[in-house]
Amino acid sequence: MTDNMKDIEQPDERVPKRVVGTPSPSASTALLGREENTGTVDVPGVDLQDEKTAKKGERIAALLFTVTFLSGIAFIVSYVAFQVGDVESAKLSNMTLGGSLTLALLSLASGLVVWVRMVMPKYKLVQERHAMASDGETRAYVGETFLQGAAESGITKRPLLRRTLLAAAAPLGLAPLVLLRDLGPSYSDFPEKLRHTVWGEKTKEGKHRKLVVEGTGAPIRAADFNSPGGILSVVPEGYEHDLNALAKATLILIKFRPEELKSGTNLNWTHEGIVAYSKICTHVGCPAALYEQTTHHILCPCHQSTFDAADGAKVVFGPAARPLPQLPIAVDEEGYLVATGDFNVPVGPSFWERGDAEAEVRENGSQS
Amino acid sequence: MSLTSVPKPISGPSSYLDDRIGAGNFLKRNLRKVFPDHWSFLLGEIALYSFIVLLLTGTFLTFFFKPSMEHVIYDGSYDALKGVGMSAAYASTLEISFDVRGGLLMRQMHHWAALLFIAGMMVHMLRVFFTGAYRKPRELNWIIGVIMLSLALFEGLTGYSLPDDLLSGAGLRITEGVAISLPLVGTWITFFLFGGEYPGEDIIARFYSLHILLIPGVLLALISAHMILMWVQKHTQMPGKGRTNNNVVGAPFYPAFMAKAGAYFMFTFGVIALLGTFAQINPIWLFGPYTPADISAGSQPDYYMGFLEGSLRLMPAWEINVLGFTLPLSVIIPALVPLGIVMTGLALYPFIEQWVTGDRREHHVADRPRNNPHRTAIGMAGITFYGLLWLLGANDEISWTFHVSLNWTTYVGRVLVFVGPVITYIVTYRICLGLQRSDAAVIGHGVESGVIKRLPHGEYIEVHVPPAEDIEAHMRGKEPIPVVSGADTEPNGIPPKGLRGPIGKLKAKMSKAYGGEKIPLDDGHGHGPAHDDAGEHAAVGATDDKSITH
Repeated sequence: MTDNMKDIEQPDERVPKRVVGTPSPSASTALLGREENTGTVDVPGVDLQDEKTAKKGERIAALLFTVTFLSGIAFIVSYVAFQVGDVESAKLSNMTLGGSLTLALLSLASGLVVWVRMVMPKYKLVQERHAMASDGETRAYVGETFLQGAAESGITKRPLLRRTLLAAAAPLGLAPLVLLRDLGPSYSDFPEKLRHTVWGEKTKEGKHRKLVVEGTGAPIRAADFNSPGGILSVVPEGYEHDLNALAKATLILIKFRPEELKSGTNLNWTHEGIVAYSKICTHVGCPAALYEQTTHHILCPCHQSTFDAADGAKVVFGPAARPLPQLPIAVDEEGYLVATGDFNVPVGPSFWERGDAEAEVRENGSQS
Repeated sequence: MSLTSVPKPISGPSSYLDDRIGAGNFLKRNLRKVFPDHWSFLLGEIALYSFIVLLLTGTFLTFFFKPSMEHVIYDGSYDALKGVGMSAAYASTLEISFDVRGGLLMRQMHHWAALLFIAGMMVHMLRVFFTGAYRKPRELNWIIGVIMLSLALFEGLTGYSLPDDLLSGAGLRITEGVAISLPLVGTWITFFLFGGEYPGEDIIARFYSLHILLIPGVLLALISAHMILMWVQKHTQMPGKGRTNNNVVGAPFYPAFMAKAGAYFMFTFGVIALLGTFAQINPIWLFGPYTPADISAGSQPDYYMGFLEGSLRLMPAWEINVLGFTLPLSVIIPALVPLGIVMTGLALYPFIEQWVTGDRREHHVADRPRNNPHRTAIGMAGITFYGLLWLLGANDEISWTFHVSLNWTTYVGRVLVFVGPVITYIVTYRICLGLQRSDAAVIGHGVESGVIKRLPHGEYIEVHVPPAEDIEAHMRGKEPIPVVSGADTEPNGIPPKGLRGPIGKLKAKMSKAYGGEKIPLDDGHGHGPAHDDAGEHAAVGATDDKSITH
């Protein structure tokens, strides 16, 4: 800073000697208040416009500023004149407000540009640049002062002071971090939460939970869901609007001809060719919502992971590494589709504590 | 009318301020501060002014937006969603769009300004990179810029998650899916971020305070620091007549630059208003409220997140289990590696270049991109890498539009992401040398004058005349890229300290390849602009090729 000031004080041949509007060194005059010829000074690097151009520029700029003035008024008028309350009027209000604002801003901008280019001089001023670094003397002075101050403060020769100060700061620094604990839930067995869905819970009456159609909430009678290639987005009964439950329990339900199903599908968990898979993609959790009837492919629209629905929803393309888990289903006494249990592996995206749940299931299966 | 004295309404308050804070000294030094002129120096201003528009429109939006995930039944004026259950956040966004005058305009301007803000930062950063304006003494400002860009990406992410429509929720779901895949801490991070299981009821309120307070606050502080450093260090300038490393040539802050900057702000503001009025963006009412059970096909993030989306799409399935723990590499790698390469690469480049060239001088004259071919080629390779990932973030749209197989689009993309940057590097490097040759031809032989002359013996020639003064000065601004001294030691000689050992040898090799003069302007007849830095860098440029001595 001091360096900078020194530079400025040195007169410089290429900078205009007298800068318009700046005060003289005499302290008695008011800032910017001095009697001064503020007509344009003829200095090198300042190329004045000829009067004809300037006059023309003034007129154009004035016209543009007038447009801004009028558009500004138009903006206020449209705010009052065009009410909102339905889609059409909101559209109209948007157009008139936005249109007048745009016109006001753009013509103001154009006016300013005309002013700079046609009225103001063309400039080619030169200023010297100086190295950013301070000179050696300054550096030395700062270094000495620092050491002197450190010595005066006693921080160097009084270790007790220093150490207790450090010790004092540590817990205070941790305090805000401790406060963040309650951002998370009170339980700490997060991964366990991710292993279960509401399909594992029985209803209040102690029955298996019904599969209901997403949106309508209607239970599904197996006999009615009978056209091969049919597909439904399904949610658990009683949790139709619980987003936390839906984020794990949403299903994609597909009807096959029994002969179409391949070995990857657990046939015990199907009902007359009806198979239920988790709709939550095993990649990063988007709903895998697209289904191609002819190939039996389920496709996630986010990153195009593709699963073969006829073959246990195994991955046939894309970044997902695991098949969509299959849900065990059956029909209840009234003929409605129900879940007979939870998924046997965690649904959705992988997480650190997940482990190879599929392999564990296979091992347990072979033992029993 | 011409003023003969400063009017009282101005002189009064100024004197008042000067008496108390010495404003006069500051004004004396800065009123006529010179700003160099070049169109590319205005790119950063787009970002700056967009940020101001973001603050203005954003403040308006906060007056009406309800950052709550409380379940409500919609009863506003958009008929299609009447009676539908949704979060208060989504309902209030609908209200802003249809029931607040100017609300839709402010919402759309806010979104467009956000897109322009990040675009402005990106092109500004590319300008600074390709002209080498990040070199000493401006490395700190470069780092601040990289931090601001990263923050802006996060600011954008938190912003478009707020309306809680189906599209914004899909983005949030992917964010969660990526976060939870992180080794060791993933589950903790997501459960703490979401206050429990996804989606929970906290995330919008939390993102809201990050989006309107914390991140903009930090951005504002960094922008101020960025401006102050720019002001103190003065702007770089393009090479040209009368421009040296020791001066600044241009227009004074007062009145010309001030008025131009004002005009430019108004242009930016006006263009955002134009887009906000006539170009519909994020029509959230069409998407419906968020539910984790649904998604619309063709879901896309805002463009600046596209490269992450593309890398997620390109990655082949890969997940490993170690000791009962899961590493979903097909999520971790694409989410972290490209972002890491781009951002870390940007942050470190000034320092790597310094290490390779040994150049510790201050630089205030910008390079023309052709004059540092390796840097330009590296930059273009980076753009290609980023651009391909970005493009393939829309692989479904590409496959749909051009009727090609989606799978093949992806397979080809997997190869292109690696091959593309290499090809671009080579091609760019060659183009740079070609352009240098054409400069050398202009300096050495002049430019075609259009005049055909017949020589006494009958031969026709076209007369070449010397290039215009300013063009020649612009070209002669070229400087050889420094090479670390001692890099040209004979194979059996003893290299200087610092260039021994494997790392030292690598440094010498890289330095020789990166630096030096590939195409001398004057065919070795000496070098135009004076060098006053001889002493310390005597070896600079005087290396392997037929080049320059001072």
